[in-house]
Amino acid sequence: MDVKALKKTLLNGIFNENPTFRLVLGMCPTLSITYQASNGIGMGLATTFVLVFSNLVISLLRNLIPEKIRIPAFIVIIATFVTVVEMVMQAFLPSLYDTLGVFISLIVVNCIIFARAEAFAFKNPPLLSAMDGLGMGLGFTMAITLLSCIRELLGSGTIFGARFMPEWFEPMAIAVQPAGGFILLGLTLAAVTALSVRAQKRKEAAK
Amino acid sequence: MEYSGLKRVASSPHIRAGRSVQGVMLEVIVALVPAGAFGVYFFGWRALLVIAVSVFSAVFWEWLYAHMAKKPCTVGDLSAVVTGLLLAYNLPASVPLWMPVVGALLAIVLVKMIFGGLGANFVNPALTARAILMTSWVDFMSGGAYQTAVRGLDAVSAATPLAAPESYSLWQLFAGQCPGCIGEVGRVALLVGGVYLMVRKVISWRIPVFMLGTLFVCTWLAEGSVYAAAFAILSGGAFLGAFFMATDYATSPVTPVGKIVMGVGCGLLVFVIRRFSSMPEGVSYAILIMNLTVPLLDRYLKPRVYGEVRKRA
Repeated sequence: MDVKALKKTLLNGIFNENPTFRLVLGMCPTLSITYQASNGIGMGLATTFVLVFSNLVISLLRNLIPEKIRIPAFIVIIATFVTVVEMVMQAFLPSLYDTLGVFISLIVVNCIIFARAEAFAFKNPPLLSAMDGLGMGLGFTMAITLLSCIRELLGSGTIFGARFMPEWFEPMAIAVQPAGGFILLGLTLAAVTALSVRAQKRKEAAK
Repeated sequence: MEYSGLKRVASSPHIRAGRSVQGVMLEVIVALVPAGAFGVYFFGWRALLVIAVSVFSAVFWEWLYAHMAKKPCTVGDLSAVVTGLLLAYNLPASVPLWMPVVGALLAIVLVKMIFGGLGANFVNPALTARAILMTSWVDFMSGGAYQTAVRGLDAVSAATPLAAPESYSLWQLFAGQCPGCIGEVGRVALLVGGVYLMVRKVISWRIPVFMLGTLFVCTWLAEGSVYAAAFAILSGGAFLGAFFMATDYATSPVTPVGKIVMGVGCGLLVFVIRRFSSMPEGVSYAILIMNLTVPLLDRYLKPRVYGEVRKRA
């Protein structure tokens, strides 16, 4: 296993195939919990942990799992790691546990994890699969942390609880409500796409 | 061979009606001015300031977007002026002045230009902006933000008629002597403006008549009194919504039957929201919800083209 392929797989999840901005997967947590920055990073890292280990284990077992019952097998493996995350979070980060609530258990049905298990880990060797999980997880974490920073800044005038907006700023409550989540996700997606199209054009022009 | 004149499209040359987007928008502006004048008369110069800021920022945002996106500048078609006017008419006169600026940004850029400019927006720009402002800064948009409009007194904060129905008579409502948004209290002027637009065939009578009619009938049946029914159509933004918001070309159905469904739907939703929800007023949300059904209405309520065979089920 060469380092170059590992690095490529890692960066693929963060940029080229960013789960939120490119694959548009995992929209449920992306829309529901991103009203404050700490939620974004907490949910992102929890998902990353699950992704790395579920990809690793599924890849290790890929020759043992019969094709026909692979989906239930994936669910069992993923649910195991979600339970681990949930218990650890409840014990060590109780306040985050309380704010994320049911969405921690719902990591089980996060489609990024399923997609990577099905599309990558089931076909690739363990180390590469774990790297893919890490890349995808970090890509997801960055994306939802970015979105939750924007929402918290507009909706509460703060980022990670620290005041960033001047005194006169009146928080725009809709930004931290579900409707604002949809609108700002759309705008962020559009902005990211526009920036990457521009970067690609510049690259082509350089050639 | 016999063809009905309307159903046959001859080869060119065609007679052109000579009506441009700019011309239509100008007529809408003319129809809206009296209601604005009433608003200024009732709420004072502050209302004029809000209207001016709203119109100027709407035009400015449209120009800025066209400039930045390197698109042809469409400010000349006057639709931004109409959006600015309607947005201001939906705000209380006491709002801080940055609100019409932000509202115009939302209406013009977020709702209209991003989707491809005039005609491509799928919801009413001014109403969406109002809904976002309402959800975001509810303190500036409701309750104490509405001032009573009784001429000769200094502005008094009071509940709107929909929140406190017993304190206003029908005549007071019709004459606009009640609190409310800048453009919704001049009901006489709105009626005149609406009728003007219908006579000039800028808007069809179907949406306003069926919207107000449905609201009247539903309230009448539910409350059992004509007074309550008349109160329902004379209070809040029903007139403004029925004549100037629900009839927006881009966000209302094209066909006559579609327009009737749109009107009935709006009226019904206003009634349902006012009566069963925790909000006192529902005109803006009712129209926005019906806006979303327009593509469907246009698709399924097509009139049968001459010679078309009805499909058997």
